[in-house]
Amino acid sequence: MEKQEFTITAYTENHVGLLHRITIIFTKRKINIESLTTSESETEGIHRFTIAVTETEELVQKVVKQIEKQVEVLKAGYYKKKEVVQQELALYKIPTDSLTNGLEVERIVREHNARFLTIEKDFVVIEKAGYRRETKALFDELEPYGINEFVRSGRIAVAREAFGLGKEVEKLLAGVS
Amino acid sequence: MGTVEAPEQTSKSKASNTERLTGAEAVVRILLEEGVDLAFGYPGGAIMPVYDAMYDFQDQLHHVLARHEQGASHAAQGYARASGKVGVCLATSGPGATNLITGLADAQIDSTPIVCITGQVPSALLGSDAFQETDVIGISMPVTKWNYQVTKAEEIPDALAKAFYIARSGRPGPVLIDITKDAQFQEFDFEYKKCTFVRSYIEKPALDITKVEEAAELINTAKRPYVLFGQGVILAQAEKEFKDFIEKTGIPAAWTIMGLSALETDHPLNVGMLGMHGNYGPNLLTNECDVLIAIGMRFDDRVTGNLSKYAKQARVIHLEIDPAEIDKNVKTDVAVLGDAKESLTELIKLVKPNSHEEWLQRFRDCDKQEWEKVIDEELHPKTDILSMGEVIRIINDKTGGDHILVTDVGQHQMVACRYTKFTRSKSNITSGGLGTMGFGLPAALGAALGKPDRTVITVVGDGGFQMTLQELATIYQTKAKVKVLLLNNEFLGMVRQWQQLFFDKRYSSTEMINPDFQTIAKGFYIPTNKVTERDKLESAIEEFVNHDGAYFLEVMVGKENNVFPMVPSGSGVAEIRLE
Repeated sequence: MEKQEFTITAYTENHVGLLHRITIIFTKRKINIESLTTSESETEGIHRFTIAVTETEELVQKVVKQIEKQVEVLKAGYYKKKEVVQQELALYKIPTDSLTNGLEVERIVREHNARFLTIEKDFVVIEKAGYRRETKALFDELEPYGINEFVRSGRIAVAREAFGLGKEVEKLLAGVS
Repeated sequence: MGTVEAPEQTSKSKASNTERLTGAEAVVRILLEEGVDLAFGYPGGAIMPVYDAMYDFQDQLHHVLARHEQGASHAAQGYARASGKVGVCLATSGPGATNLITGLADAQIDSTPIVCITGQVPSALLGSDAFQETDVIGISMPVTKWNYQVTKAEEIPDALAKAFYIARSGRPGPVLIDITKDAQFQEFDFEYKKCTFVRSYIEKPALDITKVEEAAELINTAKRPYVLFGQGVILAQAEKEFKDFIEKTGIPAAWTIMGLSALETDHPLNVGMLGMHGNYGPNLLTNECDVLIAIGMRFDDRVTGNLSKYAKQARVIHLEIDPAEIDKNVKTDVAVLGDAKESLTELIKLVKPNSHEEWLQRFRDCDKQEWEKVIDEELHPKTDILSMGEVIRIINDKTGGDHILVTDVGQHQMVACRYTKFTRSKSNITSGGLGTMGFGLPAALGAALGKPDRTVITVVGDGGFQMTLQELATIYQTKAKVKVLLLNNEFLGMVRQWQQLFFDKRYSSTEMINPDFQTIAKGFYIPTNKVTERDKLESAIEEFVNHDGAYFLEVMVGKENNVFPMVPSGSGVAEIRLE
C-alpha cells in the first residue's frame, strides 16, 4: 500500500496528559507526526486534535482506532487530502529597511494575498494563510529581502462535507446526558 | 517533607450527606465502598498518609505487604484473575511507582482489571526533581487503560470512582491514580458516588444484530467451521453461552493460552491449544477450516505465526468487544462487536443444530500423531530423566483438575498449560501477552488470597522463580496456601531450546549455577521437598497437594528437554514441527 497524506481528527476532552496519550500511539509504531494542532471545537467543552501524517491507509486506520479507544477521546477519524479543506498559517519577520527601498515587498505581499500584521521601527511581520505550497512560495519570494524569523502553524482542516465527525460527537453527548 | 496546604474549604455549611475527611481517609473509605477488602502494596514516604489511614480499618481492609512493588502488582493481577474482582495495589512515589510498571504492562496486554494508587511528592514540588519524584503519569501512560494525577483532595472521589469503573468495564485493564502527598493530608467534604459512565468512553459497543445474522449464515453453511476462543469468554462470564454455542453447532473449539479453562479440557469439542507450542491439530487445521470463528481473542503473533500463511482459505468471523482489535492482525469478513455473552446469546438463537463428525475426526487423527510423537513420551518418559509433563500428569491425578494453575514464563509454562486438566473456569493464571518472568509466584499469592477455598498451585522454572522469590516471605507472613512447584532444569530452558534449534547450540548465558532452593525455602519457613528420582515423585506430589498450607516442591527435570510441537518463529501454523 502506498503512503499518502492523511489528516486525522479527534474530538476529545480537554484534559492534562491527553496529548501525550495520543502521541505515544504514533511513537509506539514509529510514525512521524508532521504536524499536530489542538483547539476548541464547535461543541463547548470539547477539544479537537488535528494531526497530519504521511502513511499507508491501513496503518492510519489502525492508529485511528487506537486513538478512539482512549478513554478521554469521544470520536476519531481520518481524511484523505481531497476530503478536507485545509490551511496553515505562516508568519514572516523581515527588516523594515526592505520596505523603504521601493515597492517590491508590498507588491509581493499583495499578490500573495498576505497582509502586514505589524510594522515596527526595525521589523515588519507578514501573515499568510494557505496551503503549504503557498506559504512556501511567499517564503521564497521574501527570502532575498532577508527573513529574520519564520514560523508556520500545523495543519488545520475541516471535512469537505456539511458536517464532520462533530455531528457524531453531538449524538454521543446527547445520548448519554 | 513539604508543608501541608491549608484546606480550601473552611466553614461552609455542609450538605447532610458529606463529612469532613482527609484525602487519605477518603482513599480508604472509597476502597471499602468499592468492596475492596484486600490490597497489596508497599509503603513509603509519599503514600504514608494513606497507610496511616488504613491503620484504623485493618479489620475491614487487609493490606498485604509484598516484598517488592512488582510482586504487589502481580499479586493484584492474580487476585483479579482468580476472583473476577478488581485487584488493588499501593506504592510510594519514585522507585515504588516505577517498580509497578511491569505489572501494569502485563495487566494492560492481558486485559486484567487492577487499580494502582501511587503517592506523589507534594504538588508544590512537582517538577523540582524532589526526593523520590518521578513522572509516573508519563511513564505509565503507554501501559495503562487510563491514569490520572490528583493534586487536590476533592478530586479523589471522582478520580477513584472512574478508576474502578474504567478498570473493570468493557475490555478491562489497569488504571493508575497518582496522589500528591498534600492532597492526602488535605481535608475536604467527602461524598462518594460510584461511577457508572464516562461520557467519552463506550464501555462496550452496541450489538448490531445484522452482523450476528451474517455470522449465523456463514456458520450454518460452513463445512469445516472452527472456533478459537480467548479470555474474552472468561471476562464476559460467557462460559455457559460459549459451551451452548459449540454444543449446538458441533464446532470444534481450540483455546488461546488466555482462554484456557473457559471450557473444560475434557470436553469432546475442546480440541486443544493454539499457537507456537500448541497442539498439532489446532494449528495444522487452522489452514483447512472454511469458516474461522474467533471469540474474545486477538490473533496474537504467538497464535498466528506468519500472518501471510494464516487461514487464508477461511472466512473469518470475529466476536470482539474492542473495535481496535478488528482487522488489526487478521482481516475479518464479519465483525460482531460487543460483549461475548450478549453476542453469543443472540448467535445461539440463529445457528442451526449441527454436527461435524468427519471434521472433528481430523483433529482426533492429528491428536493420535501428536500422542505418538510427543505426548506419550512427555507424560510417560522411557528414560530415567524426569520430564515436566509427567509431573503435571501426576498433579492432574491428585487434584482431579480442580486446582487453580498459576504459571511463570518459559518451558514449564507451555508444558503446564498443555497438559493440565481443567474442570472450572478462571483456573489458569499466566502471563500470556507480556511473557513476564517472575509473574508466577506473586500472582499465585494473589490468587490464593482471592480464592482461599481453592487449591492454588504455581508452577515455576528456576529462572523466573529467582526474579521474585522474595515473595515467599509474603506467603509466609500471610499464611497463603500457595503450593510452589519448581521444575528445575538448571537452564533458562526456553531460550536454551531456541539456541539449540536456531543458534547452533551456542548456549549463551542460559546455564544457571543455582543456589540451594531447599535452603532458601526453609529460610522462609516453608515446608519443602526435593525429588530427583521417579520412584519418589508420586508420593512427593501427593504430600505437596494434600499439605494444608504453603509448600515448596522442587523437581529436578531433564536439563535439555524441549517443548514440542513448535511453530518456529516466522513460520506458518501449518509448518508446525512435531520434533
